[in-house]
Amino acid sequence: MNPYLVLSLLLFLVGTTGFIVKKNVLAMFLCVELMLNAANLAFVAFARDLGQLQGQIFVFLVMVVAAAEAAVGLAIMIVLYRRRQTLNPDDADTMKG
Amino acid sequence: METLIFYLFGGIALLAAVSVVAQKNVFYSALSLILCLGSVAVLFLALEAPFIAAVQVIVYAGAIMVLFLFVIMILDPFSAAAARDKRKRLTCLAAALGLVALVVMFTLMRAYDPAALPVVAGGIPADAASVSRLGQLLFTRFLVPFEATSILILVAIMGVVVLARKRS
Repeated sequence: MNPYLVLSLLLFLVGTTGFIVKKNVLAMFLCVELMLNAANLAFVAFARDLGQLQGQIFVFLVMVVAAAEAAVGLAIMIVLYRRRQTLNPDDADTMKG
Repeated sequence: METLIFYLFGGIALLAAVSVVAQKNVFYSALSLILCLGSVAVLFLALEAPFIAAVQVIVYAGAIMVLFLFVIMILDPFSAAAARDKRKRLTCLAAALGLVALVVMFTLMRAYDPAALPVVAGGIPADAASVSRLGQLLFTRFLVPFEATSILILVAIMGVVVLARKRS
């Protein structure tokens, strides 16, 4: 069993737990970053086990997507806070059926 | 040596990750996440991925997390009303789901055997060569995804400007 994969799994689970438990969009977002980072660690670990560089290219692409996601997500949060004065996702329930 | 580095920085990364979730104050969560990203960058170095480690520190811990900290300071969630408490049920659900995921993924990882993988002859070359190989790969075989990321970034920039603009 590869220890890096175990660490990646644990980091991912901590991130998932935080995403479910937290009641603040900013904190939930940080947990998403944690999960992405855990996935990156797994990619690099696999890249070394396979002796291939493609895994590292995937990490590069994941980082670009994370940057774009962070920018758009934070902008959405600013708009949410301006309109509702809240960061609790439960308060943004206009579209709730 | 590699084992020592793994346990030292892996432990720091894990503790920092738990701290991200455990902190009440989002600002401290973000700072813990920076620590976690930094120690994972060291692990990337240990995994023979120097370029990824550098990008992790410069782009992730540097640029993205600074953006986070700016937004946290703009929104100032410390003064915002404390979250309503129906947290208990969600915590139990999270624990149960996490346990299931833990069992499933541990089973998968026990079955994972690196020796059985089709290892390409040569493997990843020594440090400097690996970076130049990565660059070559990025601009030949993965040119299309690479260019697609620039379009993605452009779209993200436009989206952010449209979203965050003050309407008067």
